[in-house]
Amino acid sequence: MDIIGTSLKRVDAFDKVTGKAKYTDDLVSAHALIAKVLHSTIANGWVKEFDLSEAWKVKGVVDIVTCFDVPDIQFPTAGHPWSTDPKHQDIADRKLLNARVRCYADDIAAVIAEDAIAAEEAVRKIKVTYEEYAPILTVEDAMKEGAVAIHEERPNNIVVKSTYEIGKFDEAIQEEGLIKVVGDYETPVVSHCHIESANSFAYMENDKIVVVSSTQIPHIVRRICSQAFGVGFGKIRIIKPYIGGGFGNKQDALTEPLNAFLTTRVGGRPVKLAYTREETFASTRTRHAMQFHIESYIRKDGSFAARTIKAYSNQGGYASHAHALVANAVNAFRMMYPVGAIKSEAYTVYTNLPTAGAMRAYGIPQIGFALEAHVDDIARQTGLDPIMLRKQNMMKLGYVDPITTITCHSTGLEECIDRGEKYLDYSRKRLAYASQSGPIRKGVGMAIFCYKTGVYPISLETSACRMILNQDGSLQMQIGATEIGQGADTVFAMMAAQTIGVTVDKVHVVSKQDTDVTPYDTGAYASRQTYVSGMAVKKTAESFRKKILDFAGFMLKKDPWDLDIKDNNIVHTNKDEKLLSVADVAIESCYSLTNSTHIAAEESHHCTDNTYAFGVCFTEVEVDIPMCQVKVLDIINVHDSGKIINMQTARGQVHGGMSMGLGYGLYEHLKFDPKTGQMLNDNLLDYKLMTAIDTPELHADFVQTNDPTGPYGNKSLGEPPTIPVAPAIRNAVLNATGVAINAAPLHPQRMFEAFTGAGLIK
Amino acid sequence: MANKDIHCIVNGKERVFSVDVRSSLSDMLRGKAGLDSIKHGCDVGECGACTVLIDGRPFNSCIYMAIWAEGKTILTLEGLSDTKGAISDIQQAFIDEGAVQCGFCTPGFIMASIPIIEKDSPSSREEIRRQISGNLCRCTGYEHIVDAIEKTQKKRIEQKKG
Repeated sequence: MDIIGTSLKRVDAFDKVTGKAKYTDDLVSAHALIAKVLHSTIANGWVKEFDLSEAWKVKGVVDIVTCFDVPDIQFPTAGHPWSTDPKHQDIADRKLLNARVRCYADDIAAVIAEDAIAAEEAVRKIKVTYEEYAPILTVEDAMKEGAVAIHEERPNNIVVKSTYEIGKFDEAIQEEGLIKVVGDYETPVVSHCHIESANSFAYMENDKIVVVSSTQIPHIVRRICSQAFGVGFGKIRIIKPYIGGGFGNKQDALTEPLNAFLTTRVGGRPVKLAYTREETFASTRTRHAMQFHIESYIRKDGSFAARTIKAYSNQGGYASHAHALVANAVNAFRMMYPVGAIKSEAYTVYTNLPTAGAMRAYGIPQIGFALEAHVDDIARQTGLDPIMLRKQNMMKLGYVDPITTITCHSTGLEECIDRGEKYLDYSRKRLAYASQSGPIRKGVGMAIFCYKTGVYPISLETSACRMILNQDGSLQMQIGATEIGQGADTVFAMMAAQTIGVTVDKVHVVSKQDTDVTPYDTGAYASRQTYVSGMAVKKTAESFRKKILDFAGFMLKKDPWDLDIKDNNIVHTNKDEKLLSVADVAIESCYSLTNSTHIAAEESHHCTDNTYAFGVCFTEVEVDIPMCQVKVLDIINVHDSGKIINMQTARGQVHGGMSMGLGYGLYEHLKFDPKTGQMLNDNLLDYKLMTAIDTPELHADFVQTNDPTGPYGNKSLGEPPTIPVAPAIRNAVLNATGVAINAAPLHPQRMFEAFTGAGLIK
Repeated sequence: MANKDIHCIVNGKERVFSVDVRSSLSDMLRGKAGLDSIKHGCDVGECGACTVLIDGRPFNSCIYMAIWAEGKTILTLEGLSDTKGAISDIQQAFIDEGAVQCGFCTPGFIMASIPIIEKDSPSSREEIRRQISGNLCRCTGYEHIVDAIEKTQKKRIEQKKG
């Protein structure tokens, strides 16, 4: 029976609806010491001195550690696979606590106390003397001649600059009759807002440092902890229980390295370091704000002759994932419409904003907003149809990217567009809405995207899986890939069941990763796991199945090649008659007096391919011009993510991504005091997160291609749904009002300024 | 700081807890009763992950003082399953409709949905959305959560009609 493609209920759902699912804070010893971090109250400068005298007087304080006490080791925090090539290694630019303050709420000291109240009180009583510089919050200011260097290693504050050119841009623009379209676009700093804040606890056992943490990347965090204070990999053990969302924030070492260090300061006693919501906003990671300048040269028939982009990514105080995001963005600028000459220049720049890192779709929501807004600007300026323009210039089957070599192995994008167009009746409405008057107007908009599947060939893609047969014919499956809410455990169980030939109830997924026992995998990011880790599951399942059949052959005195496993039974190939059950084989293999063997399999998969997922968002909005409000009346995402493994969880991924995209387009942005660099809306009231009442009915549809490189024909799905929503809304507002708003989110203040500028509000 | 004895009914059982008077109800129930379905997402009543029913009404237990619970009847997610572990219709609906992803907000959502599914007349999806707007979810876009609540409410109303 085909399990792949069904809507199997999540394997972790029962535990999650009964409260049995344990998250990090549910596992902390009641006797754990509590650590609290002192965050800086300046954004740029130096800690000169601490006065700890009053803090030490607080009853219950066990230890105080400052930036002057931590090892003099700079380490990287990005959740990337480690590169053995020094040129490609992540930037090691922070210590466990830092005397050089690079952003407001930087980590400068920590208190360990018997309880939270004592720890908080002691943190408040630490007096700090700073040498303070003016905060640098924008890329422009950071790149100014003579700006203070935020890191001495990069005196001009440019973390990385990269360029590429496809074809000959300067020659291409000489062609007669080209129409030039220019646009500047910008996207905001936003927060992941996983409902479980960043938290961990650490202790020592068997001469090892154990950190239990809410992380997407346990094996990578082990490496980073090891690097952060020079302890061997094997001396660090990371345990990852269920986690309450990550969205990329937890694809970074957050509380773990410091906490691993703190437990060593108190003889290995358990230390809990749980960030508050406010700390999670201000002192973990954000999504990079980016600015784009795009110039396009279009032929009269709509074909793109040449395009150029300049991109600036605001990194904040520390490198984290650094240039990888804007590089991803300008790569997608090329890949989405790979025609004509294309030239790019991209900068990642240190500022004193909070550190930006990975967030769902990794730079692509940023470029998606700019690029898809720009394509509609081209349509408007040339009078061409937005759908025709896209279809004419977008990536086609067989495309091989000239820089990354990533190949388009399958595409259903054209059908995605057609389905979305038909669902919304877009083309008819777009013309009908083009010349409205009055205060309330309707509009339709759309946007497309392409998205890679995993990080190859930019980085390593590797994954491993282990299966162990139980005496009842069921199996334990351990994977290094992590469940972070996206449904990984469920789809892996489905893959294993289908490939082995057992029913899915026989597959017991060990959800928790423990780096001491779990096979290696780099973790949950880049929408890689069903593709990369899925292949590790498939290979392990094939090997496991063969071992079961080999033993069944021995028991039946038959050639294993003539045997198969179907619905938990051993059968003749192509026949259904049961010869033995898998449980019979399991019992005999375990307890045989002549031939006992414990059936288990472990395989790893080094993935050396990649493939593009595609999709589209179509939306209809109503704009209340005097109130500067946008109401989303209808919205659909149509995705080509290859073969869908689990229809219900896939829909859930699309809905969640669309919701995040709606927030990105309409509401979410972090605000900073320009004088101090302090975050002004570091909480879930002032930071406008989508609630149920803000969310329209979300429609998800799939065009199922069968990708030849995916283990089951599948491609990336986790991150992509976020990408096309904000530009589709922006383009719908353009259709409704004729006003092009080139910065997200489209909040009332921004719309007021735009509508006033356009004369719609007098 | 002073401790105080708090007498209340938790998931059908009479309980007495000696608590620091500064404690929140969520700290008391997690710390003293091991009811760790109650999640802390913000500690200030913004996210709803700590929602419990107090005398039948949903509250953010993180901003409800433990001492206010004196004499109250409290229901948490753990109290929805029967003594043999069979789960309630709304829990089953969250499983069936795919309303669970990371699961961290799930206990709060299920508790917040109870007054809605107990209504005698059907709520529109808009009304359901409004009533669960005190609970935040970053994973699901709320679509399947609304489905689960809507279907359970409908089923219960049909059952009442007999």
